Amino acid sequence: MKNIEKRKLKNSVFKYSTVAIAILALLPLFFIIFYVFRKGLPVINWEFLTSVPKSIGESGGGILNAMVGTLMLVIIASAIAVPIGIFAGVLISEHPDNIISKMLNLSVEILQGIPSIVIGLIGYIWIVRQMGHFSALSGGITLSIMMLPMIIKHTKETLELIPDTLKESAYALGIPYYNTLLKVILPSGLSGIFTGILLGLARIAGETAPLLFTAFGNSYLNVDILKPVAALPLLIYNYATSPYQEWHKISWGASCILVIFVLTLNIISRLVIKKWKIKY
Amino acid sequence: MENKILKTEGLSAFYNENEAVQNVSVSFPKNEITAIMGPSGCGKTTFLRCLNRMHELTDGASIDGKILLNGENLNELEPIKVRRQIGMVFQHPNPFPTMSIFNNVIAGYKLNGIDKGEEEFRWIVEKSLKEAGLWEEVKNDLHKKGASLSGGQKQRLCIARALAINPEIILMDEPTSALDPVATKHIEELIGNLTKNVTVILVTHNMSQAGRVSDYAMFMYLGEMMETGNTDKMFTNPKKEITEKFLTGKIG
Repeated sequence: MKNIEKRKLKNSVFKYSTVAIAILALLPLFFIIFYVFRKGLPVINWEFLTSVPKSIGESGGGILNAMVGTLMLVIIASAIAVPIGIFAGVLISEHPDNIISKMLNLSVEILQGIPSIVIGLIGYIWIVRQMGHFSALSGGITLSIMMLPMIIKHTKETLELIPDTLKESAYALGIPYYNTLLKVILPSGLSGIFTGILLGLARIAGETAPLLFTAFGNSYLNVDILKPVAALPLLIYNYATSPYQEWHKISWGASCILVIFVLTLNIISRLVIKKWKIKY
Repeated sequence: MENKILKTEGLSAFYNENEAVQNVSVSFPKNEITAIMGPSGCGKTTFLRCLNRMHELTDGASIDGKILLNGENLNELEPIKVRRQIGMVFQHPNPFPTMSIFNNVIAGYKLNGIDKGEEEFRWIVEKSLKEAGLWEEVKNDLHKKGASLSGGQKQRLCIARALAINPEIILMDEPTSALDPVATKHIEELIGNLTKNVTVILVTHNMSQAGRVSDYAMFMYLGEMMETGNTDKMFTNPKKEITEKFLTGKIG
């Protein structure tokens, strides 16, 4: 009997300590979000969202240029990384023993571990130096490199979960390989692939380092992809390190917008996983 | 025997060096049900997969010998065309999960780029689902996803999908082994009704199923075709001792 009491005690100690430690792990997240919202939300108003920064000393101004810039960068990066990533993921899952697949697999792991500042430098040397100037295009390309591993990995992992019998039943109907892939396999993996894209977007939206030498930043509104653009993380970085009180506020507002953007992407990806879940 | 639709001559199938099917020469009568029986691992599924050239899709797989479909050498035809003439139903029901019941049935047309028009497609769907004995249960839910059906219904949907493209032969690879007895009975009944238009080749490790549905039976053991013949004859008076052992449950 005594023994059982002892075990029960051990059990409950173990149970409650895991709960306590889990809460401890969640605290920083909640504090960050709380703090960013408390500092940032009061700054956000219509003018903040629809105007460009004013010069030092003038009050008001907004972050329209940075939001437009981030949007452009994200679109350029996805336009490059999404198709390439999906095709690479398909190749790895379809032909895992292929030498190219093996190399891809390895490079995905390595690419994920490369510090973003290094990727930024590469972007500077390969693209900015060749073009002769900073631009949204070079920023987008650099970010697409950071997005690739996420998309390749998610595509590959999703497709590997699709049962082979599905492919076989398509073949058994005489359906050619490309249609089996495009109309049967890829649609079945859509939720996973889409999640990969959203998480990739969430990742690059907050990247600062690669943009320092590529998109560079711009205090004016620019929609030309061959010219430098502003971006939310760049603006936060520049304004937060400035000595002006006004700019610090703008920086908090921009942080808040960025956090909301990334959170929204994450939440959407959760919903997509749930809603588009495929039953076999 | 009368009209033979499919014939194999010295057919052997390999996985790399491993010979899973050894030198099989048999023929399948048209518009009849032939059951291929045998214990697990005897090569019956591999043999079946040779017949619509699915075997060669496996890495390292190869075949030797000839398969004749209406006298034509199967290995000289386009695999895609072969598979449209010889349909297949698998062990696990596998309707396309992203498609509706309607689109599942006509997938063989749509994904092959054949557009027959809305009206014709509707007619094909109704006809195929009726043949597969599923029409009454799903006629009001044709636009629901195929994956929402029960296991037995899914399998009948797969049969309808195979029937829709008017194959001459349907291969069935243990089509009821993942189903409950009621669903199994349902499928066995419908297999019996199919032979007006198609030839059915059924792989099963369940000999009572073979006894119930088939006209002809074949018994495979360790990659070799041991005995073929009329089902009733084989069940009552097997020629070989090994067949008798299998039929009486002493092996397998």
